[in-house]
Amino acid sequence: MSNEIKADKTLDLKGLPCPMPVVKISKGIKEVEVGQVVEAVTTDPGSLTDFPAWARTNGHEIIDTVQGDKEITFYIKRIV
Amino acid sequence: MEELQKQIDELKAQMGAMDARIAGNKLSMIVFSGDLDKALAAFIIGTGAVAMGMEVVMFFTFWGIPILRAKNKKAKGKDPVSKMFGAMLPKGASNLKLSNMNMAGAGTAMMKSLMAKKNVASMDEMIEMAGELGVKIYVCEMSMDLMGFKPEEIIEYPDLTYCGVAKFLEEAINSKIQLFL
Repeated sequence: MSNEIKADKTLDLKGLPCPMPVVKISKGIKEVEVGQVVEAVTTDPGSLTDFPAWARTNGHEIIDTVQGDKEITFYIKRIV
Repeated sequence: MEELQKQIDELKAQMGAMDARIAGNKLSMIVFSGDLDKALAAFIIGTGAVAMGMEVVMFFTFWGIPILRAKNKKAKGKDPVSKMFGAMLPKGASNLKLSNMNMAGAGTAMMKSLMAKKNVASMDEMIEMAGELGVKIYVCEMSMDLMGFKPEEIIEYPDLTYCGVAKFLEEAINSKIQLFL
């Protein structure tokens, strides 16, 4: 599934702890157009709950979450 | 007809007053403590709130003010008591101590090395980031005066204003979240 998602921008957030992942994604999402997708790769386990909370609050859509051994990859569609 | 217009005008005025009372998507925070752990929490919540789409205002008062002292700036013409306050309180964000387990500085040093190892932003970096994100800082004028701090020894920050309690309350009334740290 995730392999089929085409990201318009990739954010490498590996090694960054709270609050950096949400701070960076909130900046990064503004760098794509509405309807485009940002791929964000984190290693912060907290981002598993933080990214959905951030997306709900700001009206964006997480279209897929892929959990690897250490890395978590979010595909986020800019809605507003 | 005239009566109806009058009623409409009254309703409009009431709506306007109600609008002014609806809390905005804003977080206002009082930073009262000057401890490393509490200051770090304040800036993590502040920058996180910007990421969540909120406007953020931070009010620094009492022991929170030394967080904003610039490491390499000095103010002239201080009286002895102000000088004593200056010497005894942390000189800026990089000199704060833990509220717990400080152990004559050993605990704080250990925490700082852990923070660096785990990539947690330092206090100086957090303040810089807050500035970039548009977090507004207000500084309590009365505390500054009481402790003998002067504006010329405070850090360069993009949006920093000296104020009194009324400014905080105006912001707090219009905020969804208010915190005291």
